[in-house]
Amino acid sequence: MGLKKISDNTYEIFEEGMNVPARIFASKKILESVEKDRTIEQIKNVAKLPGILKYALALPDAHQGYGFPIGGVAAFDMDKGIISPGGVGYDINCSVRLLKTNLKKEDILKKQKEVVEELYRKIPSGVGRGSRLQITRKELNNILEGGAKYIVEKMKMGKTEDYLHMEEEGCMEDADSKKVSERAMNRGIGQLGTIGAGNHFLEVQYVDEIFDEKVAKSFGIKKGQVTIMIHCGSRGLGHQVASDYIQMMEKEYGFQNLPDRELINAPIKSRLGKDYYSAMCAAANFAFANKQIITHWVREELVRIFPKVKIDVVYDVCHNIAKFEEQIIDGKKRKICIHRKGATRAFGPGRKEIPEAYRKIGQPVIIPGSMGTASYLLVGTKKSEEISFGSTVHGAGRVASRSEALREIKGEDIKKEMNEEGIEVKAGSWKSLAEEAPEAYKDIDEVARVVDELGISKKVARLKPLVVIKG
Amino acid sequence: MKFKFLEHTADVKFQAFGKNEEEVFENSADALKEAICDKKKIKAAEKKDITVEGGDYESLLYKFLEEIIYLLEAEDFLISKVKEIKIKNFRLKAVLSGDKASDYNFNNEVKAVTYNEMFVKKIKNEWVAQVVLDV
Repeated sequence: MGLKKISDNTYEIFEEGMNVPARIFASKKILESVEKDRTIEQIKNVAKLPGILKYALALPDAHQGYGFPIGGVAAFDMDKGIISPGGVGYDINCSVRLLKTNLKKEDILKKQKEVVEELYRKIPSGVGRGSRLQITRKELNNILEGGAKYIVEKMKMGKTEDYLHMEEEGCMEDADSKKVSERAMNRGIGQLGTIGAGNHFLEVQYVDEIFDEKVAKSFGIKKGQVTIMIHCGSRGLGHQVASDYIQMMEKEYGFQNLPDRELINAPIKSRLGKDYYSAMCAAANFAFANKQIITHWVREELVRIFPKVKIDVVYDVCHNIAKFEEQIIDGKKRKICIHRKGATRAFGPGRKEIPEAYRKIGQPVIIPGSMGTASYLLVGTKKSEEISFGSTVHGAGRVASRSEALREIKGEDIKKEMNEEGIEVKAGSWKSLAEEAPEAYKDIDEVARVVDELGISKKVARLKPLVVIKG
Repeated sequence: MKFKFLEHTADVKFQAFGKNEEEVFENSADALKEAICDKKKIKAAEKKDITVEGGDYESLLYKFLEEIIYLLEAEDFLISKVKEIKIKNFRLKAVLSGDKASDYNFNNEVKAVTYNEMFVKKIKNEWVAQVVLDV
């Protein structure tokens, strides 16, 4: 394979048929695992799409997806470029929220069993555990257009500061519920306020190490403090939006010229391109709303167990999204359409998109580890705006298939190992524990180290789990 | 063999087989059912009539499997098996049997069908379909 080393942790490949090179950010160790599946083939395909700018990028957590790889970033010219549902992913705005509390690790340790049982009981996770909320179709439309803001201001679940500390302030303004199909709404209406299954989770964690005292202080984070992390997305509603528009675009444009049928797309300014974007924004708002409702229930439950608890949102980051952003490309400021599929925005200081409280420092970047391992809080950088379209990784990234994990790892053993490390875990099944075993993922510490070395986000704190709830 | 699961880093990939189009579609539905609820036995308590149309075998299979996921999430219907199936000019009519999903305990969430690496074709005398499910 013609992979060329550009500099430390940076590799590039260019072949005929590609409009721009494909660039891979990885350490030598990570590259070995990336080369084992179809990641590089997929990022090369992305580089063939019309209007793509600079390079198609695979981040250190990249692994094979469908169409685009997971951990893939691509920027497109607004006039010549495209928008692709497969470049966003089926789980639109699969995202992570970090909450901080005034509790200490010891407080949780004293009531660890109660915390795991009560949170599991209160917050539906897994398959078939539907929403505890009954909402009307009209309310759903409002949620699709109002996101977390609507949940706070109209449904009174949370406080204003919550959504002010979220990417997009918890609401993508271009959302249009009319662009979301009946089928998508039928799938989503019973799923609001549910975590779902797969790699989604709710964790109670503690701050185990601080790497940057000054930034940590600005984020309100200190050693030994208890944090809560929520990882979920737009549930069936988002999945159906993606599926609907993939089929509509295929009908309109055909797929004969595509290197992979899953890369179907539409010009950004075409009718379908615009409709997809409006529907995607609506699905993103569903995801923001979903986590806001879960946050509200976490508060209700923890206040019962710890009457003096105070819980605030640190930040909420999107992982699967397309956005229009102003960025400097080849020395010139311009508006682009950025696709982040399994990637996190990582803007440095000064950007207007960052909440005022963090604007001077850079945006918080939240990277969940695999189940039972550490997660990281990082800060966005100017460097990321220069070399990775203001983006960084979204997690550890898988290395082993689910079936491989199931063959080699038993859910019961995972639970035992986690218990021995002082982590309480509750999951829908043994199988889901085994599938998400840490061994099936890249080493999160290595991934965090590489992005820190690259400078596309800098480590602020490491968070370790005390309580894990999985679908 | 009706179907088999293959390795995929993040998602679920399967191949289904059949002596004709109908059988390969039916066996694909069986594979999807197993991806959702393993080998659990689902009662044939209810029936659903479905009709889907596609532009080719791949889009027809995509829509057929998507319909099964849709029925699960929107109508709480978990498939037991395909009772009847007829395909003509990329139009599929089928009767599915199944039961109320919320009465069962299962834990695999299939988010979507994808076109990634998908094919439906006749290889020698056998029809083969390959599908990657986003889970």
